Amino acid sequence: MAAVLGNISHKLVSSAVSLGSKCLLKNTGSLYFANSTRGGAKWYPDAEWIKQFEGPVMVPFEGQSMDLPSWNSKLAPVEKKVRNVSLNFGPQHPAAHGVLRLVLELDGETVVRADPHIGLLHRGTEKLIEYKTYTQSLPYFDRLDYVSMMCNEQAFSLAVEKLLGLEAPIRAKYIRTMFAEITRIMNHCMFLGTHALDVGALTPFLWLFEEREKMMEFYERASGARLHAAYVRPGGVAFDIPIGLMDDIYEFISKFGERLDEVEDVLTHNRIWKQRTIDIGTVSAEDALNYGFRYLIRVEEMRQSLRIVEQCLNQMPPGEVRVDDVKVAPPSRAEMKSSMEALIHHFKVFTQGYQVPPGTTYTAVEAPKVTASILWVSRISLMNCPIRESHQVIGEVAVPRCKIKAPGFAHLAATDMVGKNHMLADIVAIIGTLDIVFGEVDR
Amino acid sequence: MALVMFVSYLILIICVLVGVAFVTLLERKILGYIQIRKGPNKVGFIGLLQPFADAVKLFTKEQTVPVKSNFLPYYASPVFSLFTALIVWLVIPYEIGMMNLNMGVLFFLCCLGLGVYSTMSAGWASNCKYSLLGSLRAVAQTISYEVSLALILLSFIFLVGGFSLELFNLYQESVWFLWVTLPLALIWFASCLAETNRTPFDFAEGESELVSGFNTEYSSGGFALIFMAEYASILFMSALFALLFLGGGPSSPLFYAKLVGVSFAFIWVRGTLPRLRYDKLMGLAWKSFLPVSLNYLIFFMGMKMLCYCSMI
Repeated sequence: MAAVLGNISHKLVSSAVSLGSKCLLKNTGSLYFANSTRGGAKWYPDAEWIKQFEGPVMVPFEGQSMDLPSWNSKLAPVEKKVRNVSLNFGPQHPAAHGVLRLVLELDGETVVRADPHIGLLHRGTEKLIEYKTYTQSLPYFDRLDYVSMMCNEQAFSLAVEKLLGLEAPIRAKYIRTMFAEITRIMNHCMFLGTHALDVGALTPFLWLFEEREKMMEFYERASGARLHAAYVRPGGVAFDIPIGLMDDIYEFISKFGERLDEVEDVLTHNRIWKQRTIDIGTVSAEDALNYGFRYLIRVEEMRQSLRIVEQCLNQMPPGEVRVDDVKVAPPSRAEMKSSMEALIHHFKVFTQGYQVPPGTTYTAVEAPKVTASILWVSRISLMNCPIRESHQVIGEVAVPRCKIKAPGFAHLAATDMVGKNHMLADIVAIIGTLDIVFGEVDR
Repeated sequence: MALVMFVSYLILIICVLVGVAFVTLLERKILGYIQIRKGPNKVGFIGLLQPFADAVKLFTKEQTVPVKSNFLPYYASPVFSLFTALIVWLVIPYEIGMMNLNMGVLFFLCCLGLGVYSTMSAGWASNCKYSLLGSLRAVAQTISYEVSLALILLSFIFLVGGFSLELFNLYQESVWFLWVTLPLALIWFASCLAETNRTPFDFAEGESELVSGFNTEYSSGGFALIFMAEYASILFMSALFALLFLGGGPSSPLFYAKLVGVSFAFIWVRGTLPRLRYDKLMGLAWKSFLPVSLNYLIFFMGMKMLCYCSMI
């Protein structure tokens, strides 16, 4: 007996001495984990968990007996067919971001199945491009993802340049990069604003649209159009940027960080915002970060974009903005007025277009829609080999095949996977996070 | 005497309705300035006539009725909701002309409870899934928050020792209840937000989720009535907050300044906060607000008993 007691006391002492906090952790684990300030995820009852309590429960209600009714072969129990409510979410829904039609199957407020229906904005872009010259195809890319226009243009231009085997002048590259980053900020302004609006915060939307308006002005000053710029073209950019634009862009980016801080003040540390966004619509803990589904990445990305724009401004080299190849890019106006040949080339470029040697390319740019991952990029594949008869008629100036892979399309396809077993309000938040633009999804 | 009361109540109703009109304008203006824009400023002088233009527009629109709606409840519930939102103003303890309810607090709770039915029937009778979901949410939410509202009121009833709202003036002459029971005041304010379906808790409307919630199928007059009922109840809740926590009865002009201040807070919240999720709202009501208000209730009970014991 004494031996046993001694053994126990020895064990107790040794464990107390050697383990210390670890022992405490082991024995009062429940207290430790009940501490709500720890950073871990909070589990809420989900649909799967609730399912186990469906049907008869342990405790009988009043007047209800626990026994099953005895089998009666004459009188079959009344059978009812029960099915979940299906809700047509969109296409006119305010949170549908355009023309998304989502057929939701609801179990109470919980979404059992989310089935996105697309195609309401289908314009046959890829097919239309097959009957256009390369110059004429360009504006279609503005209209794909119509909140990040120049990035799409850049994808197309890079693909064509790759097939032609030419390279844009360095100044054009700088201008492209600068405007790509401005476009990224523009896109994220839209994303963040509408996402906040979906979650219910009205104000950041208007704050950010104010900023977006300013960036549209830069678009306008460079290209003449606020939205569908058609500015980045194969072989460079359409025109050089006007004098004074860079000063104003600098002015803008030096202030935009503050605007971003204001938005973050309202959202980032807001408890309601955190409750609505953290742990909602995760793919898995690491995938969510990798694929850039999360909000914070976008804000940080905007800050990085500001830095890139600043670098572009500081290092902007002088020189040509179009490749010096009159077969692809139109000659300058001055040249056109004096040289007959230049005039002919100008005419030919804009009417007949130019030939692109046969070949296939896969070109990817890191579009604003998805970031931090090379897997999810906006990419276009141009296949240039005369396959069909009709191409012989038109000639090789048309784009024979163009496949566009839009990030939003893949994202939307993930809606069911991501949104399953969430609540209806979360679906709205998830659609906001996915940043879907129907121009590119439906094409 | 009855005639005097009737007339004075009629005047009160008219004043409330005019107040409602200008609260909508106030909201649009404040939201405008929060969002760096002007808000309505074209109709009349600095947009002062905007609410009346809105009213004219809403009431002259064609009223559409969903084909398969349950017509009578669909038609009657906006009327009923405005009725409950206006009748509750009886409890404001005016010193002259009004009926001074000595069970005012109970009457207020009754009216609150009744207000749920109009929302429920409006959503249910519309025969629309969004409306139904919205009204289901509204009912669950309003009932849950009534519990904490009632408990907070109960602890004050223990404090002042009566059901009449007049007593609150008397007991706050030296110090406002806001300073005595700040946590309760905050919970009361949050519960009021939930009770009136205002922004962090506006699930009944839930614009981005449920299109427009329980009033999705309403247009023109019906919508206007629902709208007016909503803002009348906001105004009333602000008045009640001023009465319960900020001292001073409706006979002092300062009362109205306080009322506007609280209304401003209602709107300010709308411009700032995102919407909570439905289940978290219920969690907030039952897991956070209820324990706190219950504890306060027991605390006040004990304090009161202690006072009596020491007197004996």
